[in-house]
Amino acid sequence: MLLSDFGRIGFDPFVEMRRMQQEVNQRLAGLTASAAQEFPPINLWTGEDSVAVAAELPGISPDEIGLTVRENILTLKGTREPRTEDEKSVWHRRERAYGTFSRTVQLPFRVDPERVEARFANGLLEVELHRPEADRPKKIQIKG
Amino acid sequence: MAQELKTTERQVPSTLDGSERTRSRPVFVPRADIYETQDNVVLLVDMPGVASDGVDITLEKRTLAIRGYAANQQHQNYRQVYAEYDAGDYERVFTLSEDIDRDGIEASQKDGVLRLVLPKAAPAKARKIPLKMA
Repeated sequence: MLLSDFGRIGFDPFVEMRRMQQEVNQRLAGLTASAAQEFPPINLWTGEDSVAVAAELPGISPDEIGLTVRENILTLKGTREPRTEDEKSVWHRRERAYGTFSRTVQLPFRVDPERVEARFANGLLEVELHRPEADRPKKIQIKG
Repeated sequence: MAQELKTTERQVPSTLDGSERTRSRPVFVPRADIYETQDNVVLLVDMPGVASDGVDITLEKRTLAIRGYAANQQHQNYRQVYAEYDAGDYERVFTLSEDIDRDGIEASQKDGVLRLVLPKAAPAKARKIPLKMA
């Protein structure tokens, strides 16, 4: 702990500096929560003949999500609208991201566009895609 | 209005109520929006994967604690090959200022977003004083 004589004359630059340091730290700490990141974050699982894609889409209603699939490319599109009741509202904190988003994911294999199941619950989107019948590895019988 | 106590990205184990957690899952600090209208302070908290019965809100004195427990994602016969997010629970603590009507707080959960409406207490509301005609 530093002791200074400035306390006696009523002004301590060290106290002032510490206060400023604290203020800057507080502001910087807030940045980590709102740092740019790909939206939405996705997870990918693969099974034997299917692949499951999950995405975190909180606050978006299922009919606002656009899902398209072509060969092995899955595209996820949508918009998240800011919600405020009236123009007079004042923001205190804004960490949640708004705006349009689009993500394109390359799947490990071609999928059958007719056999895609998408579920949405509690802000989590889950899409299950299957490999087309024709692309599946065929078991070949060995003649004895 | 509302002020958070912690801003760390992850906090394990939780000391939210002075006790250790008994669930071995990651805990996240959810992102939150706070805005103030004429009569209310509205809090929006992103908690994807948390159903409405998995939300736990406690108000003790002036400390508002929000907890969300996400359901486990079941993927049988599947192997995870790529991950950008981790399933886990959410915890965040806010300190309310005095001018909130604590009995009128309303909470709702939709599409993974928790919405808390905190009505301002009567003295804090601005009152318009009409002039009397002489």
